[in-house]
Amino acid sequence: MNVVVVLILASLVVALLFLAAFIWAVRSGQYEDTLTPSLRVLGEDAALKKTIVISETKSKNQ
Amino acid sequence: MFSQPKTQAVRATCFHCGEPCPDAAFAQDGKSFCCFGCQTVFSLLQENGLEQFYQLQAAPGTRIRATSAAAKWAFLNDPAVAAKLLDYADKTQAKVTLHLPAIHCVACVWLLENLFKLHPGVGHSQVNFSRREAAITFTPDKIKLGELAALLAGIGYEPELTLGETEKAKPSPWRKKAWLQIGLAGFAFGNIMLMSLPFYFGLDRFNGPWFKAVAGWLSLAFALPVVTFSAADFWRAAWVSLRQRTITLEVPIVTGLAAIYLASAGEVLAQRGPGYCDSLTGLIFFLLCGRLFQKKTYDRLTFDRDYKGFFPLSVVRKNAGGEASVAISQLETGDHLILRNGELLPADATLVGGDACMDYSFVSGESEPVTCAAGSHLYAGGRQVGGAIEVETVKAVAQSYLATLWNHEAFRKPRDHDLDSLTNRYSQRFTKLVIGIAIAAAVFWLFKDAGQALKVFTSVLIVACPCALALAAPLTHGTAQRLLARMKIFLKNTLVIERMAGVDTIVLDKTGTLTGADARGVEFLKAEGRMQNEETKDGVLSAAEISWIGSLARHSTHPHSVRIAKLLGTSVLPVRHFEETPGGGIEGELAGHQLLLGSRTWLEQRGIIICSNRGDVAPTVSGKKLEPPHVGSYVLVAIDGQLRGSFSLENSLRPEVAQLLSQLGGRYELALLSGDNEREVARFRQLFGERAILKFNQSPADKLNFVRELQQRGRKVMMVGDGLNDAGALKQADVGVAVVEQIGIFSPASDVILDAAELPKLAKVLEFSRNAARVVRAGFVISVLYNLVGVSIAAAGFLSPIVCAILMPVSSATVVAFACGTTAWLGRGLQVKKLKVESSIRPSLQPAAFNLQPLAKEAA
Repeated sequence: MNVVVVLILASLVVALLFLAAFIWAVRSGQYEDTLTPSLRVLGEDAALKKTIVISETKSKNQ
Repeated sequence: MFSQPKTQAVRATCFHCGEPCPDAAFAQDGKSFCCFGCQTVFSLLQENGLEQFYQLQAAPGTRIRATSAAAKWAFLNDPAVAAKLLDYADKTQAKVTLHLPAIHCVACVWLLENLFKLHPGVGHSQVNFSRREAAITFTPDKIKLGELAALLAGIGYEPELTLGETEKAKPSPWRKKAWLQIGLAGFAFGNIMLMSLPFYFGLDRFNGPWFKAVAGWLSLAFALPVVTFSAADFWRAAWVSLRQRTITLEVPIVTGLAAIYLASAGEVLAQRGPGYCDSLTGLIFFLLCGRLFQKKTYDRLTFDRDYKGFFPLSVVRKNAGGEASVAISQLETGDHLILRNGELLPADATLVGGDACMDYSFVSGESEPVTCAAGSHLYAGGRQVGGAIEVETVKAVAQSYLATLWNHEAFRKPRDHDLDSLTNRYSQRFTKLVIGIAIAAAVFWLFKDAGQALKVFTSVLIVACPCALALAAPLTHGTAQRLLARMKIFLKNTLVIERMAGVDTIVLDKTGTLTGADARGVEFLKAEGRMQNEETKDGVLSAAEISWIGSLARHSTHPHSVRIAKLLGTSVLPVRHFEETPGGGIEGELAGHQLLLGSRTWLEQRGIIICSNRGDVAPTVSGKKLEPPHVGSYVLVAIDGQLRGSFSLENSLRPEVAQLLSQLGGRYELALLSGDNEREVARFRQLFGERAILKFNQSPADKLNFVRELQQRGRKVMMVGDGLNDAGALKQADVGVAVVEQIGIFSPASDVILDAAELPKLAKVLEFSRNAARVVRAGFVISVLYNLVGVSIAAAGFLSPIVCAILMPVSSATVVAFACGTTAWLGRGLQVKKLKVESSIRPSLQPAAFNLQPLAKEAA
């Protein structure tokens, strides 16, 4: 039945890793503001599109 | 790339801020601008490759009135001042969090986070949209704090500084801690559950006793930080309540927590089983989830308050053409406001003119009014006593601040302090009952089977999970408050709903509440038998006298004064020694003449001889027959001790009042209080029905006493008034409803602020509040039923962890769903005005108003 012990230990290690990740996420302020990132992504999208357009025109010019 | 406006016609709007352009003087690249400031910002952004700002949203900027002088922010370069604002500073970099109220759309977020492109000294910047804050890292060697502030102000985001104020305390810590507490509890709950499952189904038999020990010890280890850290707030609250010698819901919770943990530890040590840590951590996890849900609801509420035009209040703003009444949400800094007697200052301001005598009793509790000289700083929340003053606002209106003021200690009903609210009443009984049952069951088992006693005791405490009970009331009330706010009915706090549901008597004020206020139906009637003088041959007022009366009336917010002032035009003459006697009249000195404007009795008290044997100065002008059933009020005018005549004010009832009164009459006892005379008794008798009490000639003190008498007879009274003459009665009543209109004055004494247009809905609102109270009770019944089942199983000694674990969250979830769902369903009939409210919001303040059109165009 030792395999159960190994499994439990393995699952504990994984679970603790996730707990640590969660604590890090909270500490680094990722739960502080859940609204702005959803707006920010819109701006980034437009910036990306613009660079694509610019690079396309550049390549055409070349 | 630009979707530029091609119409260069007269109606062109500013490419930067969207305001109409007065002339074509400011144009660049085929785009027109309203002012030099906007054009400067545009060129600045263009030079730095930030044109994308204009693609994210059409006309996303804020109007730049004048290019802000860098000198204005120079004081921030002083290291001592800067130190107060900076979050962090060392030699190479500094970090500051600035509140920028102008943030309003996705383009703002983008621009501010690309601030580094505008100045080499700026590093990383991050926006918090809901708090309207930007955290900016910068190099102090390259850009000083003052220069940074000037840069932000220059592109339209003027920082709002709270130097040396206590507001600097950041509201964030509870959030971080709450997430950590919940995360930890959830983590422990899940993992302990995994180890406990084999025991539920008897699978542990395959593994032998050592598995039991391992699972037990691990569960105890996982549960320890949950009990100590995650449940810390419960321990603290229980400790506080015990020190105050009361029993709140937290007491049985922590007793249960301690008992379960100790019992589990005992079981593990004795190698009898794995303990009950699965239930324990699950209990804490669900309790915390419920609390977070509740806090989120409250946060939403305050957000709505701050940004969605919470109060339907308006003030008089002075502009080039004269005066106009504007909603306080539309005010901007630098506006000139006229504040009349009894009106509350909505924002910090400097005094421009008039004799300011500010009553800061709502703010500081100091009841003695403070006399202020011109140019002095006045704080928001002060109330002007005396004549009208002119002020210039120096800060934006903080609606949240007014809300705080509203909930000020001075306006608490004594009952709020009693444990009178539903939750407290029920939870007290519930708590005592549960503890009683737990002890009784434990004693019973002690004699029958001593080994079972502790288990039964703890299981009763756990299974009798009060979290559903604790959730029912706040959630129902919170939902109801939000629904009502959407239809311009604002409640001071959630307790008001409970009190409103218990009302059995409704007292209504007449003037300004049942009757509206406009200039129509106001007429001047000269005094009978008065000596005529040379100046006014026919006894009618001269032009100068009309402007005196108009100027005097302007100083008061009483509906009668407002109507007279509207009739007599906008002349503004200085008034000296202004004084207002609530329920009596107003007096003042104009151009050396003593003017009195008020009721008959009040004028008589002041020694004015009224030579008329009728109820009032008889209207006999121009052959008009104004005998009863003419309805209306009279305001008498005396100049220099001589009665000059009276204003007849025809009282037009607000629409649908008759219908409202008949709706209310069936269920409630009605009463009418009026400061006017009994002229209209017949008309109101008809409206109010035979049983109603109608009282006339009531002074503010009479109104207060009347309400108090009713209460002494065991009545629950709702007082509906305009908040001026009846502030005392509003405060005394169990529920005080202030009916506000364009001339709305903020009356913190009230519990409900109702937009006058919504008055006909009062009956529906009362019905809604009764239903909401019923929903709360039904929620209690549901949770009590769950508890009955659970407690009886537990007390009988059949506690199975799986039953406990299932019953608990299911009961909470049922109550939450029931409370929110039913309230929303009940409120559906009230939702008619929803669209109208939404459209009245200033577009720039709509939090989710980012416009995706430019993006869509690009995609196409």
